[in-house]
Amino acid sequence: MVTSNDTHRAIEAVWRIESAKLIAGLTRIVRDVGQAEDLAQDALVAALERWPETGVPDNPGAWLMATAKHRAIDLVRKNALHERKQDEIARELDDDDRRPDIHAALDDQFGDDLLRLIFMTCHPSLSTESRVALTLRLLGGLTTTEIARAFLLPEATIAQRIVRAKRTLAEHRVEFEVPRREELAGRLASVLGVIYLVFNEGYSATAGDDWLRPALCEDALRLGRVLAELAPGEGEVHGLVALMEIQASRFRARVGPGGEPVLLLDQDRARWDQLLIRRGFAALERAERQGPLGPYALQGSIAACHARARTGDETDWARIAELYGELHRIAPSPIVELNRAVAVAMAFGPAAGLELVEHLVRDGSLDEYHLLPSVRADLLAKLERFDEAAAEFERAASLTQNAREQALLRERAASSSRQATARGSRVD
Amino acid sequence: MRFMVMVKSNAATEAGELPSTELLAAMGKFNEELVKAGVMLAGEGLQPSSRGARIKFSGGKRTVVDGPFAESKELIAGFWIIQVKSKQEAIEWMKRCPNPTGEDSELEIRQVFEADDFGENLTPELREAEQRIAVESARNAAKR
Repeated sequence: MVTSNDTHRAIEAVWRIESAKLIAGLTRIVRDVGQAEDLAQDALVAALERWPETGVPDNPGAWLMATAKHRAIDLVRKNALHERKQDEIARELDDDDRRPDIHAALDDQFGDDLLRLIFMTCHPSLSTESRVALTLRLLGGLTTTEIARAFLLPEATIAQRIVRAKRTLAEHRVEFEVPRREELAGRLASVLGVIYLVFNEGYSATAGDDWLRPALCEDALRLGRVLAELAPGEGEVHGLVALMEIQASRFRARVGPGGEPVLLLDQDRARWDQLLIRRGFAALERAERQGPLGPYALQGSIAACHARARTGDETDWARIAELYGELHRIAPSPIVELNRAVAVAMAFGPAAGLELVEHLVRDGSLDEYHLLPSVRADLLAKLERFDEAAAEFERAASLTQNAREQALLRERAASSSRQATARGSRVD
Repeated sequence: MRFMVMVKSNAATEAGELPSTELLAAMGKFNEELVKAGVMLAGEGLQPSSRGARIKFSGGKRTVVDGPFAESKELIAGFWIIQVKSKQEAIEWMKRCPNPTGEDSELEIRQVFEADDFGENLTPELREAEQRIAVESARNAAKR
């Protein structure tokens, strides 16, 4: 016997599967995400009322859409939909009904509508935080409560962000469309940025955190994969998916028994998830088929180099250095250059790496960044310039707020000092 | 959360009967839906047990037995690994699967263990229960 509780759980699962497409389809009709979400919620309420009696229908998505549309027609009749001209909306509803093979047509239409919805929730007129909240809400199917818990923010803050975001989109009369060719790269970068931000938020979760936080990685990965199917010709989408799959593959290896972070080179590679690594490689292949690699695909390629090496020693550092060089060429940043210096040092020796680091020091752009003196110190130590290394480790320690990192850096400073002394007292 | 979904074997799958064109098309479409939804991680068909083998473990002893194996009820013919938010979502997805064999079929859904990354972890059951509460309260808030 199916209990009402079972049906409720089924309905919630159906909602998670269907809500994004439902809202996307409704947005096309009423041209306003706020209205669309309201109509979708109305359909959900109707389902919660009727399905415990009738059972979950065979095609729940179609049921929800039909119910929402009936409600939309009602509102049109009562002139209650303010956004678009009433007759335009009525016409959209009419056209939909006339489509010959409604299920097939719905499928293709859903694909396009989902894509339009993602571009809308990540529209440049919204702040980044608003884009994140709105995207997770309308496309990720997360509730306001869940988003708030995942980002460690008050529920009211998230609720407000979503309300304001919908209002901004309406005020700016943002069109429900896939951006034109000329704008596509920039708009896509915004979408990918939102997805990666969500991923990183999840990846930064620490022991004891609410489980919704690391679950953000799954949410981001799912969105990325969905986007990869909606826009299969866009290399950077596959690139981002590759990067996320491979980073996610290290999830179980990146935290030690005491909850402390474990550096990539120290991780137990047996704990890396090979299924996700394989998926990452496959995504990278798809990216490569689309032409020259963009920044996400390059970062994904770097991650793939690490994933390919069975041990840290087997890492193809020369290839990584090359990839960072390419990344620096198309998306220059001193951090990228610093990473390149590390790779160069691993591939060609500490002196070669140090040369690049000295450029960065002279540049001054990483003055307050503790990793610069930290890397410099490490290379100096490898070159047995222990006095200078000790000083640099101390400097790095003073620039970081993280207590654990400070301790590690001070330890290395002390160790370098000892080696300097030992050196000095040797009879050459 | 990850779930493995297994297709139980029956006489048809053990006989190595190839799926009909219609079934292949329908299954292809279903798998495509899983991929488009971002939930498909892996999925494969398995050859009949006549091509397989078993290893029996008893203390230090290992015995290899070649297929076929008589009890088709104990066997599986294929599997998916999907990534979803709850067991219920896994169920809702797999209800949409076309009948995977030529006769009466059965799918079994099992959750994959996630390693304890984080100190005190919620059990999957607690997590699912928490999930429902969150959605319930949101739904109540939506009812104006």
